[in-house]
Amino acid sequence: MKFFRRLSALIRKEFLQLARDNSSILIGAVLPIVLILIMGYGISLDVKNVPVAVVLEDFSPAAHDSMNFLDGSKYFSTKYVTSMAEAKILMRERKVEAILRVPPTFSSDFQRGEAKLQLILYGADSATATSVQNYVEGSIRQINSGKIAIESRIWFNDANSSTFYFIPGLIMLILTIVGVFLTALVMAREWERGTLEAIFVTPVRLIEILLAKIIPYFVVAMFGFILCLIAAKFLYKLPIHGSLTIILLSSVIYLFVSLGIGLVISAATKSQFLSAQISLIVSFMPALMLTGFIFDLRSVPNFISTIGHALPPTYYLELLKTLFLAGNNWTMIAENCSILVLYAIFFIGLALKITKKRVD
Amino acid sequence: MKNFFLHVKVLILKEFLSTAKDPRTRAILIAPVIVQTILFGHAATFNLENVPYALLDLNRSKISTEFVAKLEGGKVFRRVKTLSGTNEVASAIDSGDSVLVLTISPDFDREILSGRVGKIQIVSDGRNTMTAAVASGYLGRIVDEFGSTNKIRLETVAWFNPNLITRWNFLPGLMGLLSLVQVMLLAGLSVAREREQGTFDQLLVTPLSPTEILIGKSVIPVVVGIFQATLVFLICRFVFEIPFAGTLTPLYATLFVFTLSCTGLGLSISAISNSMQQVMVYCFVLILPMVLLSGFATPVANMPEILQIVTYIDPLRFALDSLRRIYLEGCTIAEVAFNFVPMLILAAITLPLAAWLFRNKIS
Amino acid sequence: MIISAKNLTKTFKNVVALDNFNFEMNYGTLTALIGPDGAGKTTFMRLISGLTAPTSGNLTVLGLEVCGNEQKIQNKISYMPQRFGLYEDLTISENMTLYADLHGVKTEIRRERFAKLLEMTGLERFTARLAGKLSGGMKQKLGLACTLVRSPELLLLDEPTVGVDPLSRRELWEIIKKLVADENLSVLVSTAYMDEAEMCEKVFVVNHGKILMSGSPNDIKSVAKGRCFRVKTPENFPTRILQSILLDDKNFVVDSVPEGNFVRFIGQKNFDAEQYSVKIKLPIEKIPARLEDGFMILLHDDEKNNLERVFNLKKLYLDEKYPISDEIVIVVKNLVRKFGDFTAVDKTNFEVRRGEVFGLLGPNGAGKTTTFRMLCGLLPMTDGFLSVAGVNLRTARTQARENIGYVAQKFSLYGNLTVEENLNFFGGAYGLSGTNLRERIDELLTEFHLRGSENQNSGDLPGGYKQRLSMAAALLHKPQILFLDEPTSGIDPLARRDFWRQITDLSAKGTTIIITTHFMEEAEYCDRMMIQDHGKILALGTPQEIRRQFGNENSTMNEIFISIVENSRGGG
Repeated sequence: MKFFRRLSALIRKEFLQLARDNSSILIGAVLPIVLILIMGYGISLDVKNVPVAVVLEDFSPAAHDSMNFLDGSKYFSTKYVTSMAEAKILMRERKVEAILRVPPTFSSDFQRGEAKLQLILYGADSATATSVQNYVEGSIRQINSGKIAIESRIWFNDANSSTFYFIPGLIMLILTIVGVFLTALVMAREWERGTLEAIFVTPVRLIEILLAKIIPYFVVAMFGFILCLIAAKFLYKLPIHGSLTIILLSSVIYLFVSLGIGLVISAATKSQFLSAQISLIVSFMPALMLTGFIFDLRSVPNFISTIGHALPPTYYLELLKTLFLAGNNWTMIAENCSILVLYAIFFIGLALKITKKRVD
Repeated sequence: MKNFFLHVKVLILKEFLSTAKDPRTRAILIAPVIVQTILFGHAATFNLENVPYALLDLNRSKISTEFVAKLEGGKVFRRVKTLSGTNEVASAIDSGDSVLVLTISPDFDREILSGRVGKIQIVSDGRNTMTAAVASGYLGRIVDEFGSTNKIRLETVAWFNPNLITRWNFLPGLMGLLSLVQVMLLAGLSVAREREQGTFDQLLVTPLSPTEILIGKSVIPVVVGIFQATLVFLICRFVFEIPFAGTLTPLYATLFVFTLSCTGLGLSISAISNSMQQVMVYCFVLILPMVLLSGFATPVANMPEILQIVTYIDPLRFALDSLRRIYLEGCTIAEVAFNFVPMLILAAITLPLAAWLFRNKIS
Repeated sequence: MIISAKNLTKTFKNVVALDNFNFEMNYGTLTALIGPDGAGKTTFMRLISGLTAPTSGNLTVLGLEVCGNEQKIQNKISYMPQRFGLYEDLTISENMTLYADLHGVKTEIRRERFAKLLEMTGLERFTARLAGKLSGGMKQKLGLACTLVRSPELLLLDEPTVGVDPLSRRELWEIIKKLVADENLSVLVSTAYMDEAEMCEKVFVVNHGKILMSGSPNDIKSVAKGRCFRVKTPENFPTRILQSILLDDKNFVVDSVPEGNFVRFIGQKNFDAEQYSVKIKLPIEKIPARLEDGFMILLHDDEKNNLERVFNLKKLYLDEKYPISDEIVIVVKNLVRKFGDFTAVDKTNFEVRRGEVFGLLGPNGAGKTTTFRMLCGLLPMTDGFLSVAGVNLRTARTQARENIGYVAQKFSLYGNLTVEENLNFFGGAYGLSGTNLRERIDELLTEFHLRGSENQNSGDLPGGYKQRLSMAAALLHKPQILFLDEPTSGIDPLARRDFWRQITDLSAKGTTIIITTHFMEEAEYCDRMMIQDHGKILALGTPQEIRRQFGNENSTMNEIFISIVENSRGGG
């Protein structure tokens, strides 16, 4: 009874501060909205309207016709030029991403079945170059109609849009930012400003002080989470194939993990500057780079994959992607959720252990 | 102005000492950059060196076995599961163990032997579009090699990055990204910290002019930013052995202009903030969108028009473009100079603004 | 016994904060801890409240051994730390409600208690104001109110009045005394103010983690019994100079302070007043001892071996003249500063002459900090005319800055730079370099007794050193005018004497001094002073003139100050 009374007093205080401190609002609400919009509209690995120069050194109509696959495609916008020199200038100036060279003897060679095309890619942007290459190869494969035909289907991402796979990552990032960065910062502020000293000498228990930080920032993060969910569903039409309940449940678990990390960082440093730096270095950057958010952990070297699999966000991200795009895969849900629960227990336990009602 | 050089000298020395003397700060400026560059450098790959896949061979003929042998002979495709029926395809993808499932149709050999086209089907995991696309591309190339009667042969050459290695594109960009974070925080915290500790008043009552203070406060962030970028550069060059096509002058010119504009931004944030906490929050809220809009992970050209216009205020966008071009293409200053304009404009606005705010901010 | 410590020792790394501390306090008493900064007072309070663990020894509080019973003790006591961490973005009533909830104060009792506390603290009109927007005195009162939301079994107050003006200080003590009487509270308070210690039943004098003496205020006074004297300043001779002459005469005098037209001093053991009177050719009068006299003697005896000396002083003589120059170096005319609708400084006029020591006094939030900041050129004025060292501040701020030195509140220096690096930096900022700079730094290191600490980080220095380093940094370029913002708060009494001795020296050498302080007795050192409230000047003149105008010759500066501010507030 007294426990709840004290806890609710501390939580009320935290919410009042939240409401009056624009930095919490910035990180808890403004940043998620900005990120949702940028991720949804701005960030895309999908090839669309890529400018390609076509060097027609063969002026025959047949040669021109055989380039139809480019003209009709939504992936490319073609620019016809007559000389290689011209095309190279365009590429140097980055006005085109690739050059497709149709040699002078193309149509006659084609008749004999031994035509050649040359594709020059702007390799510095390797992602776009790879996509262009794959697409051009695929088109030529169709013209060739060789011995084998490939029928390709992509599952779990019917629109084949990278937005679909960025949004789960975004949700993971926002829970990480609010849970670790914001929580570490506000807790370190209490240490730095000396507000804890007087609070300590009251009947308040340590667990109440920590819970009073966990609960409000849990709510803030959930707010960001719900915003993302709404945007995902209605703005970007992201399908939710799996169970919404499990999505919520796993997010709650992951949030406890990141809140725990935030509290551990602040208790260990007791300084806002170090808390911010460390949470950036140990939680945010790895969450961006090493969890499969941008780069698939299946294609990285083993030691990176091992590091990635030591990070809690990796498991959460895998869960989210599967639940949104694939559906309920109970084995994985059980496995990843248990790993996250263990992490949550570990970090919150550690926070309880290293935070002391002491001012030394 | 009579003591201009003396003033600037002592200010720089003071900033240098207060940054470099604290072992914690020193550690934060060096170690994380190296660790992050090496880790992220290894992580940054859309190139599949290892495609785990599941095979469903419904044909089980000599030709299909030959085809599979060719596929797996290339070392990239690694079979993790052999399926026995179509009903197993779903679970193979679901579990995430296989990037794709290859199904060879029952009449595969008959079709080929009778001069028609044999069909294979690939089902790929769209939870990671990039992986799926790249894996399909690889498979396509193997298929091309298998059928030798091509009417059109495509010869592909990639400039500046012959094997289209993602890391080559990613790491030069990391020079800009890591120094952005550090420069913004260093510049941002420098004034706010002095305000919190009360030393800023002490500075303002000395004859030091705002311009001198501005220069004194800018040098260290710029130097640290360039230093960190150099660390990343050395790792690119000697750890990842990415060939450096350019020369150092344009590279450092870009880094200088870039860190200068970030310093201006950081100092302006610092000058309007009341506390270090505010600075950190503002920096954080700015840095994230700046990174996402810079073309660091995804090309700017893929963004909608409006967002592309927004990116003009993002110095990282122009720095990344310049750095990649200089590193991989070997561009000269003249060829990347157009990228300097937006960064210089930003610096020309933010630096004087910060200097003005030193004195005129009303707390 | 409510608190009992036996052989209590606490060490931090290599520093001994408490050294074999033996302490006893009875139920229902008001007990004071007095001693210089860093004596171990805060450490002791934190040990009592279970916020830090002792290195060795025993400590029982409320009959419980503190180790292992921290929470039980924390349930029963209330503690107001020196830097009370109010939540600045919470209002007054929200802060109080938080503490009431944490202490489990019942709703029925709460209403009455809050009303009483708000009335006593005078905060009832501001309940909806954010704590961050309160003045220093109001913040301390709110801290006290939060600490007292319920009647504790033991109340610990760690320097509750530091940085608080005399008016608020008196009000705070009225609250404490009333609660002690009404609720039979047991209170342990640490303080730097002797008048506060005098109100307590028992006083412990602490230095370097050791108890030098304990007893009633009278017991401590008796240490100085028969050794306190005063001497009247001759006509046209500055009291401050006479005080310095006596202070310098260490063979005969332990301590001296100015007091109106007199200088009060403590004689060394076996001091012969008649003989000394002949020596200085001035009549000496014996006076009763005060608590401070006993305290100073105890401290002097304890510090005998490491008394800090003041160097390079210009020797002062009784038969010399120390006239104040006619040259006016600061002119303030109709100075106005507004923040939005709020007028912080309202049509203020005064002048300061070369070599004068000019005091700016006023309650917290009276506008003296604003005035001070405008004089240094840190804050632009809204209206009026301001010239410093002959330079109009509106048109030539940079030029004016070359002629001033500034010692900020809390001695803001670059904490992670060494003493020498700090001095090199400020020297360069004032345009000194090469041999000039080296020689000047050399001089100042000696003068301010900083030799031996050149390579220490300034942040690691004790308070007194920081203050001297700040002074040295501000004096590198030999400024015409030196601005000092509360340079003596948090500094121990011995160091304060040295500080004022240095000020006397500077002013005798022609430097003009502008100073703010919360120690009213320090106003006695000023040639002239100004008392401000609500942005207006209430009094301006020499300490003696102000005394005559607003009270009587025998009132203390503290009483005068309170009566001036109260009259003005009552009348307005």
